Amino acid sequence: METLSEAGTQALRLLLTGDPALWSIIGISFSVSLRAVLIAAPFALLCAFLLAYTRFPGRRLLIALFNTALSIPAVVVGLTLYMLLSRAGPLGDLRLLFTQNAMIIGQIILSFPLLVAMGHAAFQATDRRAWETALTLGARPWRALLTLIHETRFGLMAALLAGFGRIIAEVGSSMMVGGNILNHTRNIPTAIALETSKGSFAQGIALGLVLLLLALALNLTLSSLQGRGEVAA
Amino acid sequence: MKEKLNFNLLLMLAGLLGFLLSMQAPAGEPMLRMATTTSTQNSGLLDRLLPAFSKDTGIQVQVIAVGTGKALKMGRDGDVAVVMVHARKAEQAFVDDGSGVDRRGFMENDFLLAGPATDPAGIKQAGSTAAAMQRIFSSQSRFISRGDDSGTHKKEQALWGQAGVRPGGAWYLEAGQGMGKVLQMASEMEAYTLTDRGTWLAHQAKLQLDPLYAGDPILANPYGIIAVNPQKHPDIRHDLAKQLIDWVCTPQAQGIIRDYQVKGEALFKPTCGQNR
Repeated sequence: METLSEAGTQALRLLLTGDPALWSIIGISFSVSLRAVLIAAPFALLCAFLLAYTRFPGRRLLIALFNTALSIPAVVVGLTLYMLLSRAGPLGDLRLLFTQNAMIIGQIILSFPLLVAMGHAAFQATDRRAWETALTLGARPWRALLTLIHETRFGLMAALLAGFGRIIAEVGSSMMVGGNILNHTRNIPTAIALETSKGSFAQGIALGLVLLLLALALNLTLSSLQGRGEVAA
Repeated sequence: MKEKLNFNLLLMLAGLLGFLLSMQAPAGEPMLRMATTTSTQNSGLLDRLLPAFSKDTGIQVQVIAVGTGKALKMGRDGDVAVVMVHARKAEQAFVDDGSGVDRRGFMENDFLLAGPATDPAGIKQAGSTAAAMQRIFSSQSRFISRGDDSGTHKKEQALWGQAGVRPGGAWYLEAGQGMGKVLQMASEMEAYTLTDRGTWLAHQAKLQLDPLYAGDPILANPYGIIAVNPQKHPDIRHDLAKQLIDWVCTPQAQGIIRDYQVKGEALFKPTCGQNR
């Protein structure tokens, strides 16, 4: 495949030459998705904690609902949000449609169930006694929660990375509510969709490689912060 | 018992295989693959035109609707045998580089400028398309560009060029999406945009936009049909492509094109023999 090798060299050239249009697209991708995951995380992880550590009626149903929400197609989230934010829709007066804020809202909705589901699994795997011991030692609940979060940090970090991975690569919602406007709401996935529609396949693959390279860099940085990621002795 | 089970399983698999195979085209029915633009597909004309062609010739046409650039690329790569697009310059380049043969300009419709009813740039009273574009430019009224290298995008760029201005700045938004989506965006953002009449008529009812400027001959949108060069891709069905190209210029096909209406308005003008 001549196109694929062409795409590889093109990706490298784009990154190395610091093409301003490309960096604008990359910047939008990362700032939107990072903001979305940072806003969603505290609420989602609190939900995950409550689901794992408290007992209330409907808890199992709620867990099932969050797990189901993992399968929502991004374009359906985008479509629903579009109808809410449209001038004819109930939230039309906010004039949020085709802005980065609209993209962030869409990505929050998309990442939330994943953060809850993975956070829940992480909290479930912890030793309940860590929480109880902290409480019996006289820690206030929020202090005990911090201890617990520290105990669970690897699992929670994995949840954050998975949530980020889901939204940095999604095209359906960003395209619908962002509008793929150059220098405003065009991110890497919508740019790839555009290049594909233009028939510039090599350029599209190149953008995909750029996304993967940057995601790899981010993951390596985070995993070096995280330590060696081995099971504790 | 076990053998019987295996036999039943075999029978089921054979049945499934047969079913899957039967979903393919019936043997003997020649199949022509054509790439066209989404706006052509969305106009609904092909649903009228192609069944008549199939009835006349027994050839089934598979239509793949994509952007102009991708349609031509599919032709270049030999993934289709014929392309039907509307981007005169790109079509010429496609023929000139040896990818296509037998181009025929067989019909046209037109572009129009749509925008908010308040018409802040005042293009309704403009004396020419160039004047209308200049008014949008100098009033810095919001304008949404397709920005996707499509036929409509190329036309828009040519119109700015003709008006002698170069758009840019916060008022000029490059959306990089299809025509229907760009019309929705223009409606939501109270902006101007250039649209082909087919997509306009299909979406008009749901838009808070008015048709503000049309009718200048410069806004004509000629459609071409081009066969993929069989010397480059010997395995494609060039014979079928040639039949379709000849057929769209028959009086019958040209009549279907002339009589085709969307929401009570004629959409296309047949142009075979006018050398477009």
